Amino acid sequence: MDFIIDGLLQAIQLLLHGDGETYSAVSATLRVSTYSMAASLLLGIPLGFLLGHNDFLWKKHVRTIVDTLMSLPTVLVGLLVYAFLTSRGPLGEYGLLFTLEGIAIGQAILALPIVIALTAAAVESMDEKLRVTLVSLGASRRQVLYSTLWEARYGILAASMNAFGRVLTEVGIAMMVGGNIKWHTRTITTAIALETNKGEFATGVALGIVLMAIAFIVNFSFSFLRNRS
Amino acid sequence: MKRNLFVVSLSLIAVFLIFSGSPAFSADAKLLRMATTTSTDDTGLLDYLKPYFVKETGIDIQWIATGTGKALKLGENCDADVLLVHAPDAEKKFVADGFGLDRNVVMYNDFVLIGPASDPAGGKGKGVKECLSAISGKNIKFVSRGDKSGTHQAEQILWKTSGLPVPDKEPWYAQAGQGMLTTIQIAAEQNGYTLTDRGTYIKYEYTMKGNPPLKILVEGDDLLKNIYSVIVVNPAKCPNVKSDLAKAFSDWMSRPSTQNLITGFKLSGKQLFFIYSK
Repeated sequence: MDFIIDGLLQAIQLLLHGDGETYSAVSATLRVSTYSMAASLLLGIPLGFLLGHNDFLWKKHVRTIVDTLMSLPTVLVGLLVYAFLTSRGPLGEYGLLFTLEGIAIGQAILALPIVIALTAAAVESMDEKLRVTLVSLGASRRQVLYSTLWEARYGILAASMNAFGRVLTEVGIAMMVGGNIKWHTRTITTAIALETNKGEFATGVALGIVLMAIAFIVNFSFSFLRNRS
Repeated sequence: MKRNLFVVSLSLIAVFLIFSGSPAFSADAKLLRMATTTSTDDTGLLDYLKPYFVKETGIDIQWIATGTGKALKLGENCDADVLLVHAPDAEKKFVADGFGLDRNVVMYNDFVLIGPASDPAGGKGKGVKECLSAISGKNIKFVSRGDKSGTHQAEQILWKTSGLPVPDKEPWYAQAGQGMLTTIQIAAEQNGYTLTDRGTYIKYEYTMKGNPPLKILVEGDDLLKNIYSVIVVNPAKCPNVKSDLAKAFSDWMSRPSTQNLITGFKLSGKQLFFIYSK
């Protein structure tokens, strides 16, 4: 039990005294999650919108598949991405294995189904009433589309936060694709795994608290923006 | 709201640009990438050696610390330039299969059998064979790495050379599938025995502030030598590996000055690795 309290104290120390290794892991974590979130939002929001807004033949089945992909195990994604990025794999020549960019690819794959499914759900949930109202007011097709997207913004924000949470806390991809290389691809989560393996439980708890602090800051800024608008 | 969204997207783009402007390290020509076992990293040996290596050779080095099994696999897939591992039989097969060159024995430490101070198997001070026979005979808890690591392979060989079947599904035999320190902790929780390299045990003793629940019971048996080698990944199989840098590392590890560094590496006053005289 002691190590939990030790961890709390150590977390404060790590942050206040500017521990180089911790900051390197924080920076690696922020970089990969920025890359992967940018990619998954750019791809996921339009796809989710199309899925939620349009009616087509296999829509229900596509939704089920996307929903299922939300449960992708991170270690499996790590293994699959490794298979592509290894020197013997089809993308081996780009040298992405054991880099932050490589981890970001895996994490984007992890986040994409979440963004698509939750965006689609947000768009779907408001579609009917809004469409009827807008059409009765004489809106064009394009205007209906824009207004739907605009009205679904909080749902999309929730989708992003959800995906961000998964990306920030995953360890399987970062470990397998990143290799947990000190000063380079060691993220906060792989550092926690390493410290736990080394028996340094207090340091593990301390790093966990640092990770939660980052999550809090990000969530707090978004909810601040949301309340101001 | 529109203005806020604008500000948010602008700052996101700014963050993205800052980060994407940073140098990619994969393209570095003077960077050696090593796959190694957890014990060399967990004990702090590599962190201790790295600055000397960088200074004396001008080569930068990064390592992926994992079990010997996965380290060999990474070498086979050309994802590492050099290996520092400790499973002689698997290493010889790796070289014989053409994946590696120049297996260079650089140091050793030894394995020890550890268990609860009460020693229910009565193995203290006896040989490996007696202790393992008592454990399997009396169905006493034994925790294995169970992960194809060098230590796991050594353990399997010990069961065989003791004339015992290698346990697998026996209820007293637990296969953790995790690193050495985690495995020791599982054994401690379950009051069981396990096989560990001495370096990791000293590290464990150190984190338990000198009073661990598990004690060394069997040591010094010739069967318990744990030999570490450096292997250069074969450039004929892997044209992309930096075999010249890998060779430089292998040579550097054998230098008398480096070997002195290795014997001088101590944790709480105890020497962890020893020089292997051929």
